Amino acid sequence: MRQQDELITAETSQTMRLWITFRKNKTAMAGGVIAIIIILIALFAKWLAPYDPLIQNPYNRLTGSSSEHILGTDDFGRDVLSRIIWGSRVSLVIGISSVLLGMVAGTTLGMIAGYFRGKIETVIMRTVDVLMCFPDLILAIAVTASLGSNLINLIITIGIVMTPRFARLSHGSMLSLKENEFVIAAQALGAKTPRIIIRHIFPNLFGELLVAGTLWVGVAIRLEANLAFIGLGVQPPTPTWGNMIREGINVLINAPWVSIFSGLSILITILSFNMLGDGIRDITDPRLRGE
Amino acid sequence: MEDNILLRVENLKKYFPVKRGIFSRVAGYIQAVDGVSFFLRGGEILGLVGESGCGKTTLGRVVLRLLPATEGEVYFEGTNLMKLSSEKLRSARRHMQIIFQDPFASLNPRMNIENLIGEPLLIHGVASGKEKEKRVCFLLEKVGLEPGYRKRFPHEFSGGQRQRIGIARALALDPKLIVCDEPVSALDVAIQAQIINLLEDLQAEFGFSYLFIAHDLSVIKHITDRVAVMYLGKIVELAETDELYLNPLHPYTEALLSAVPVPDPTLERKRIILEGDVPSPINPPSGCRFRTRCVYAGEICKMEEPLLKEMGKAHEVACHFPERR
Repeated sequence: MRQQDELITAETSQTMRLWITFRKNKTAMAGGVIAIIIILIALFAKWLAPYDPLIQNPYNRLTGSSSEHILGTDDFGRDVLSRIIWGSRVSLVIGISSVLLGMVAGTTLGMIAGYFRGKIETVIMRTVDVLMCFPDLILAIAVTASLGSNLINLIITIGIVMTPRFARLSHGSMLSLKENEFVIAAQALGAKTPRIIIRHIFPNLFGELLVAGTLWVGVAIRLEANLAFIGLGVQPPTPTWGNMIREGINVLINAPWVSIFSGLSILITILSFNMLGDGIRDITDPRLRGE
Repeated sequence: MEDNILLRVENLKKYFPVKRGIFSRVAGYIQAVDGVSFFLRGGEILGLVGESGCGKTTLGRVVLRLLPATEGEVYFEGTNLMKLSSEKLRSARRHMQIIFQDPFASLNPRMNIENLIGEPLLIHGVASGKEKEKRVCFLLEKVGLEPGYRKRFPHEFSGGQRQRIGIARALALDPKLIVCDEPVSALDVAIQAQIINLLEDLQAEFGFSYLFIAHDLSVIKHITDRVAVMYLGKIVELAETDELYLNPLHPYTEALLSAVPVPDPTLERKRIILEGDVPSPINPPSGCRFRTRCVYAGEICKMEEPLLKEMGKAHEVACHFPERR
């Protein structure tokens, strides 16, 4: 602890301080590093994957680990490692974009409800309550079933599931933030409502959104895998982790590696985002920072 | 009618509804401000004193229409603020500003000093870019802060320095009226004196008026020209500062003044200790609101509400027995 105090001086900027605390938080660092590695793998899948994930080889079905196929092959003779590497793209794209979509939609609605109160608040927040009554998966199944499943529709579906969460979070924060004296001060200066919301309230809400967003990327990835597992995800033969678990179920006794390694990928990815989110929450909360 | 009147408040009321039950039924009203009238001359400092919860802060905010009034009128330079459209009100705001009690809560932690103080200039299109920066430096010097600090954030300053930043922001547009909402009660005593002197110096230089809300009577005595004493949402006494301190007519004022600490341990004084608590503003006593704690109260105080009446020397008091002591 003493050492940290020496590092931080009055001249240290706020961002620098956060970075120093972040570096000291081992869980957050580990989560961040793993998440970055997974994102890099997804970006460079083309060069990293040893085989084309779609090429089938009927003579080479369900082989175990070998020097040619490190994680073995699946029922169609496709390389499992290559499919896992390509599958990361679907998981991350859907996980991150759906959370962003839910964040934009939910935060807008929640902030409007919290700032203007009255009837508009009742309409928005009661709708949110209704949506939150349904378990995530049930709601997602209902929406995908009506939209059909392709990549864009899955993003929309999971985005819709995420929207009420962000709406409730930002609504609550808005209620307390708008009573702050600096908001009243802005009104007294003659600032217009959009300026008050964008310049004064939103920046103070952003930290919380970042934490929740990071944690919920894990939830979104899990939801995508769930949907794929029950056959409502991106349709085969596109490799996704959820699809791979489902395909591996049929051969689980003879060739467990097909399901296990894709399941592990999901686990590690969700875990890394959760660790990162938890870490960011810890460092942004001054009470936990031990200053 | 006297001229040079900057602000005239007439019969201003602010009731907050108290809601109960699942249907948010209105069960009653908190009568935070209940029929207050006063005026403020240009360049004058009017003090507003009273104990916690008597409606001082609410009154300050309703006067600036930061809270909607339930009833009553506020005339600022002859225009009725309560009747202005929101667009007109916004442009009128450049002439009236407010300084808050808590310098830790009144500055947006995510904005640097230059943006905080420069914001009113941007909002009203007075200055931007280099010109804004120049004005911010000028204001920082005026309130006794280093202009080189302007890129820093509020958390890098102490309470007193933050209050100076709040003052600089209020000054930015050359207002005619500044409502000071307990500007020093969150600061420690040494800093209080500095800020009070700063507020006085600025007033002497720029000639604006203060509506100075405080509960510290020695601060009020030092800085104000006239004082209004508030009790449970009503003004009970209003007089020139010296006159009020020498010759308090309302028993509540008398009790308040007797409670001011005097830094002389040998001095024997008659202290008036008020019995009981302030009654609830949801259900205030009938007649005179102070009667439950008043030593002079008689029958009439229960039946009839005393109105503010002139007792000479521009000294107004709301009491049935101002001559009883």
